[in-house]
Amino acid sequence: MSNTVNVRIPTVLRPMAGGNSSVELAGETVGDVVSALVGVYPGLQENLVDDNGSVRKFVNVYVNDEDIRFLDKLDTTVADGDEVAILPAVAGG
Amino acid sequence: MPVVDSVLDLIGNTPVVDVSHLSPNPKVRILAKLESQNPAGSVKDRIAKAMIEAAEADGTLQPGSVLLEPSSGNTGIALAMICRLRGYHLKIVLPENVTSERRQMLEAYGAEIIPSPAAEGSNGAVRLAQRLSIEHPDWVFLYQYGNEANPTAHLTGTGPEILADVPDITHFVAGLGTSGTLMGVGAYMADHAPHVKMYAVEPPSGEHVEGLRSLDDGYVPPVFEKWGGIDALHGKRIVRPADSLTWTRRLVNEAGIFAGISSGAAMAGAAKLAERLDEGVIVFIVCDGGWKYLSTGAYTDDLETVIDSIEDVVYF
Ligand SMILES: Cc1ncc(COP(=O)(O)O)c(C=O)c1O
Repeated sequence: MSNTVNVRIPTVLRPMAGGNSSVELAGETVGDVVSALVGVYPGLQENLVDDNGSVRKFVNVYVNDEDIRFLDKLDTTVADGDEVAILPAVAGG
Repeated sequence: MPVVDSVLDLIGNTPVVDVSHLSPNPKVRILAKLESQNPAGSVKDRIAKAMIEAAEADGTLQPGSVLLEPSSGNTGIALAMICRLRGYHLKIVLPENVTSERRQMLEAYGAEIIPSPAAEGSNGAVRLAQRLSIEHPDWVFLYQYGNEANPTAHLTGTGPEILADVPDITHFVAGLGTSGTLMGVGAYMADHAPHVKMYAVEPPSGEHVEGLRSLDDGYVPPVFEKWGGIDALHGKRIVRPADSLTWTRRLVNEAGIFAGISSGAAMAGAAKLAERLDEGVIVFIVCDGGWKYLSTGAYTDDLETVIDSIEDVVYF
């Protein structure tokens, strides 16, 4: 059983994601969703995950706007209708 | 109140206002620390003064020095005020998509503006400043993102002030830019009130930034990495324009606090947190006033229209 979530793609990654600004994907965890995403758009793989399988340093992933580094990282579970956002780290100030 | 010699003596010691009537949870108090009361109008007065004093003390800054700094506005404005008083020449690398008020304040204080492309957002300003500092080694590059005086100003100023005024604080919420506020206050709380939990809010700025070739052009400030980073925080969330603007307006209309948009984001984060707590006392930072955002229509225009248009403006 898996849940369908909406994944928001930032402008910088859209060329590697068929130009889409969001994609509907299924999974039980954020890890499942990321795997499904790179399954459909393999060009995203090296942009999102490092060699150890962690989310890359300059990438922030959020479930319903909460950074998954403070949840269960890629093991964070997702529910039907959740929104997963991928954003590049940006400076402020 | 004693008469002071300079506006620089008025930096810090900012007041805290109880806005608990805005809390969605009657058992959670919410308190606003008004950094907007600083003389150049933002929390950044603290770090500008600290960075300049440190560079004067170690001889980096000499009479007549030229300074270079990337800033989306507040740090630049604070530095400009001090440089004007001290006779330094200041160059600010400023993204083109900031409000005209920010640009005008820099000009009012005599700073020179070097524009950086809107599409690259503040990462682009940082990159351009780094390049210029290599080309011009004689320019003093304080570099707020990597300057120890930035978090230290909050470790020795903001943090102690908060704990003195609100001894029963349980949670702290602030915007994440250079991370100086959160890392510095967090380091102070870790030593003096280790039960206090630290929460960051950020705008979804990365969503529309176009000038990045890949996510490797993303940016994590050295201050964040050196001062504990993720491990020093208990949570971090995006606050989107709709929530930021709604809470900015509620602060004006229901508490009389005319705050900037990132302060609305911090208040939104505080309200969200309050919903999830059994009880507690949350302090959040009002990092600047609303003056510099009037031209966006944030306070008066149709909300839906502003929600759309604000996405293209750097307001953190
Ligand atoms: C308007 C505004 N909000 C929030 C912040 C975040 O503060 P800090 O740089 O200490 O993380 C800044 C500065 O970056 C700012 O100018």
